[in-house]
Amino acid sequence: MSILDIRDLVIRTADGRTLVDHLSLSLAPGERLGLIGESGSGKSLTSLAVLGLLPEGMTMSGSIELGDTQIVGASERQLIRVRGHDAAIVFQEPLTALDPLMRVGRQIAEPLGRRRGLKGTALKRAVTAALEQVRLPEPERIARAFPHEISGGQRQRVALAMALACDPRLLIADEPTTALDVTVQSELLDLLDALVREREMAVLFVSHDLAVVAKVAERVLVLKDGRAVEEGAVRDIVNAPREQYTKTLVDSARQLESALVQRSGR
Amino acid sequence: MTPVLELQQVSFAYRGRTAPVVEDIALTVNSGQSLALVGESGAGKTTLLRLLLGLTRPTTGAVRFDGEELKLRDREVMRRFRRSVQCVFQDPYSSLDPRQRVGQIVSEPLRALGMDTRQTAVPKVARALEQVGLPADTAERYPHEFSGGQRQRIAIARATVCGPRVLLADEPVSALDVTTRVKVVDLLKELKQEHGLTLVMVSHDLSVVASLCERTAVLENGRIVEQGTTAEVLGAPRHPYTARLVASVPRLPAAGP
Repeated sequence: MSILDIRDLVIRTADGRTLVDHLSLSLAPGERLGLIGESGSGKSLTSLAVLGLLPEGMTMSGSIELGDTQIVGASERQLIRVRGHDAAIVFQEPLTALDPLMRVGRQIAEPLGRRRGLKGTALKRAVTAALEQVRLPEPERIARAFPHEISGGQRQRVALAMALACDPRLLIADEPTTALDVTVQSELLDLLDALVREREMAVLFVSHDLAVVAKVAERVLVLKDGRAVEEGAVRDIVNAPREQYTKTLVDSARQLESALVQRSGR
Repeated sequence: MTPVLELQQVSFAYRGRTAPVVEDIALTVNSGQSLALVGESGAGKTTLLRLLLGLTRPTTGAVRFDGEELKLRDREVMRRFRRSVQCVFQDPYSSLDPRQRVGQIVSEPLRALGMDTRQTAVPKVARALEQVGLPADTAERYPHEFSGGQRQRIAIARATVCGPRVLLADEPVSALDVTTRVKVVDLLKELKQEHGLTLVMVSHDLSVVASLCERTAVLENGRIVEQGTTAEVLGAPRHPYTARLVASVPRLPAAGP
């Protein structure tokens, strides 16, 4: 029984261009899949489609089964029930994902209040707990802060706390560390890894960076121009890519990495 | 040998603020020794680049070009400076005027520096575009017709058309996909080798730094905490921040079980 099952997903723009072309993938509970591709490969659209969040004018066909819900053709009402509960998403840019006019604590309180029906002090305590679990120092202070008053890494932790607030069974992370400094990225990846392990949560990790995906996912699916190129264990894909495109991708990453290894000797 | 560019005890603070953005910076750029400026967001990398470009005047200290102090008001000095020092920015989508044809964009430095007219610039533009590996008809087209990697090539053509000695680049490949990134890194490498171009590059990507720069300076909170050859700095970091930076770079999984 899989938590997410995508079959023959096709996403088209209003003027009929196909952006995602007969894509199929499935995720078992607790499994971590990396979706890798370059700009325009359709990786972000696929992740948005899972929560029925496609941009206006785009249409999808095929099948996306998330838990017990068929997302393709679902009503807004059904989608609201699914979002945050069956699957939640963390986006690339935490500054645009958070409401700039709302204190951080209230933004986390919203899903907690709605989903778990918490109020008053119980809600406040749950917010603090949510901030603590993403290892934010001084959770009370952060809860009172506005997004612009905290750093990029802290913001992304807040976004992660919001996504985890309702214990989703699947976490979708769309380039969650791309906007962060490399030291902050490394901390956040470790945190993400620990949190989903503890919760046995499934992860769909979208990224253009093979090395980053390798830190979180066990399996990867390589996308190009909306089509699946190759799928397999991270290690196999990186060390023995079968398709030409995957080879190019791996070689490029290797070429840069080897320059670093040569210069620094590590 | 006189350094091409030099920052001597430079500090910079925004007007009305007491805390400096960068402080006590001593940095030299020698011809043929490309330099990387490495550090986290807010460390002052871009401010340093702006100082080196003469876009920002230091609050204290001096910027020297060929041993001579850079006087932002002296047109003659600045004209010579601009011929020798050009720049490329991070985002090829916002750094090219969408309403100008590529030919006009690339010829701009030649015209602005009074080296050429529109007519006499044409063969130089064609050569610059060829050098960055773009087809001949590129000059007639508009920026939106090109991909991100091609646009960055156009930006590099514009920066190199007047035959500069130094190219200042602010994260020149970080907005590009990895396969494109490798190609642009190769192009910059080629420009270094074949045209003796010296790069001063701001980057947070240590593998790009290692690919292109002989020297590296590490910035933290507006100060240079470590500088030396790239091999020394990345291979045997002395400052804890540098060590953390090197350790944080995600690596591809190794072969074997």
